[in-house]
Amino acid sequence: MIYFDHAATTPVRSEVLEAMLPFFSEKFGNASSVYKLAQVNKKALDDARAKVATILGAQPNEIYFTSGGTEANNWALKGMAEALRKQGNHLITTKIEHHAVLRTCQYLEKQGFEVTYLDVDENGLITPEQVEKALKKETILISIMYANNEIGTIMPVAEIGKIARTHGVIFHTDAVQAVGQLPIDVNRDQIDLLSLSGHKFYGPKGTGALYVRRGLPLPSLLHGGGQERGRRGGTENVPGIVGLATALELAYQDLDIKTAKIQALRDYMIDGIYQRIPHCRLNGDRTQRLPNNVNFSFAFVEGESLLLLLDLEGIAASSGSACTSGSLDPSHVLLALGLPHELAHGSLRLTLGENNTREEVDLLLEKLPLFVQRMRDMSPLYEDYLKQNS
Amino acid sequence: MTKTKVVVGMSGGVDSSVAAYLLQKEGYEVIGITMQIWPEDAPPDETGGCCGLTAVDDARHVCQLLGIPHYTINFREEFQRHVIDYFIAEYQAGRTPNPCIACNRYVKWESLLHKALQIGAEYIATGHYARITKDEATDRYLLKRAVTSVKDQTYALYNLTQYQLAHTLMPVGHYPKEEVRRIAEEIGLPVAAKPDSQEICFIPDHDYGRYIEEHTTDPIRPGNFLDQAGRILGQHKGIIHYTVGQRKGLGIAAEKPLYVLEIRPETNEIILGERTALLKDQVWADRLNFIPFARLEGSKRVTAKIRYNHQPAPCSIEMVDESTVLCTFDEPQRAITPGQALVFYDDELVVGGGTIIK
Repeated sequence: MIYFDHAATTPVRSEVLEAMLPFFSEKFGNASSVYKLAQVNKKALDDARAKVATILGAQPNEIYFTSGGTEANNWALKGMAEALRKQGNHLITTKIEHHAVLRTCQYLEKQGFEVTYLDVDENGLITPEQVEKALKKETILISIMYANNEIGTIMPVAEIGKIARTHGVIFHTDAVQAVGQLPIDVNRDQIDLLSLSGHKFYGPKGTGALYVRRGLPLPSLLHGGGQERGRRGGTENVPGIVGLATALELAYQDLDIKTAKIQALRDYMIDGIYQRIPHCRLNGDRTQRLPNNVNFSFAFVEGESLLLLLDLEGIAASSGSACTSGSLDPSHVLLALGLPHELAHGSLRLTLGENNTREEVDLLLEKLPLFVQRMRDMSPLYEDYLKQNS
Repeated sequence: MTKTKVVVGMSGGVDSSVAAYLLQKEGYEVIGITMQIWPEDAPPDETGGCCGLTAVDDARHVCQLLGIPHYTINFREEFQRHVIDYFIAEYQAGRTPNPCIACNRYVKWESLLHKALQIGAEYIATGHYARITKDEATDRYLLKRAVTSVKDQTYALYNLTQYQLAHTLMPVGHYPKEEVRRIAEEIGLPVAAKPDSQEICFIPDHDYGRYIEEHTTDPIRPGNFLDQAGRILGQHKGIIHYTVGQRKGLGIAAEKPLYVLEIRPETNEIILGERTALLKDQVWADRLNFIPFARLEGSKRVTAKIRYNHQPAPCSIEMVDESTVLCTFDEPQRAITPGQALVFYDDELVVGGGTIIK
């Protein structure tokens, strides 16, 4: 099987698995206990927190471990909205956020908050000016993703951070897709809250973290035994947290070299598709783009059929986000780019990983044009198009 | 040699599961697909109909058991357009639609078939109780009743085209229902029966009138109940709330029970009368599809069903113009309802059918 869906999830790296294993059985202690067995766990937690903090340019006591990106996003948005309600009830986000942010915003709207959903341009970018314009005196929170999960577009996070700071508004970024691929610095970018997820960078599923700038009045998410400085109770998932931190550290080792390699493979794939398949469109910005993301729309082709065909041939890809119960809806991201419905339906996302090879991309480039052509041959719309243009 | 691919529309129920199993045994490469047709945030009855919410989970489970790939595909738009919108429009026009037939024709045998062919399959298969054979003499595909006549589902399949029949397999139609259950048990399929409901799957509480009121912006206008002589008997709540043959819920006191005889959308009137007035021996239908032949020539003796649970009754059929058939029953039939399907049989063979006009 060829796996081109690393934006959905990644396999746990063997070094990561190895680092985690002792904490399941041998070093099983509860980090909150007093004896030596537990101190091993406490130290593992402290080390993990320090590692994550270092990578993000943060302090260890600004890192809160969660069950994943969705929890981190929910906590950041609902928590800050609740905490700052007296100061205002307005939030700013974009139309192409992950559902973990969008649906949370919709929930907050039901609670009486007002949310501005910024439009994006045809490549999925917003401008800092748009953010500035959307600010009101009631604005309490800006939540804009670092990089988009479907089309890989990287947002002007530093500029947004600057605007937020200047106006005294809290800035949260969903960096689930960016962490592990892009150098992050919460101080440089003036980020107040940042969500990340372990399984996107070869760590275990069910792990994530929220960076919370010191001094922010974020309320507790889970009331309980005082873990995570009282903000998220519940016995710590030590194996998972160790796995997340180990994976994160490894992700940033030789990042330049890895990025160069994966980006070259990405560009090879993009160029190859453009050369071999007419009537297609690369979705997302060509340069402001995650190094591993390829997303194409093929006119006269249904993305989901393409996906099934590829799967039956042993190639795993995606037509958008993997999170909607295995069903295939027209992507809200592609619709927000202004793509007509047909093109939004006909999209294919291929996200590369460290282990993908040029041979695998070559095989894709061999099969994909055949599949696209076969589907076009069956499409009445394509037939009409050929007639009109003959 | 590569195996022939077939896409099975999986509901998670016994029939489609056994269909998948039988085809797998015959040597096909079987791919399970479950159609998702519900609006995302409006889950109806969890277990309702062939495509309820649990269908996806059940179908996935069965596919895992059989070791075949399973996909859930979104057919919401198609279902909305061809089934729900049609259903509402028909009621508004004073007719009584059959959404199952529309779903078969447009969602299963158009969208699902198209998807199947796109992914390289030769056929779609379903768990319907019906049989498809080929008449070598005429080179046409034939649709026949299932061997189990009580489970026969051909009424809702009469309008499949030759092209659709050529690309369809219905393996369970060759087995009695008990045999299908036995096979399911034998291979360890979960046989928890789904209700064999003929109700409308997207209206779990069966309150069609309320559903239509909630799903349309057009005003529902009350109007007059008339007797056959044109005298006003009372007020109705809007024609969408009534169907021909209905007796309950009219709210009219009369010496003898009154029935809906006719709905007149153009004047917003409903004609009521006694039970005997519902008996008619002639019925006209259009939007025709014939299966063993392309066109009906001359007069033909057949039996016909005027609704799903109607006993086929002997009759003669004949075209009265290019697109309309007249069906004359030997004995008058009760409550011939515009919008319902009129389906013709020659013994076990489905001759074809159409939509009742009057």
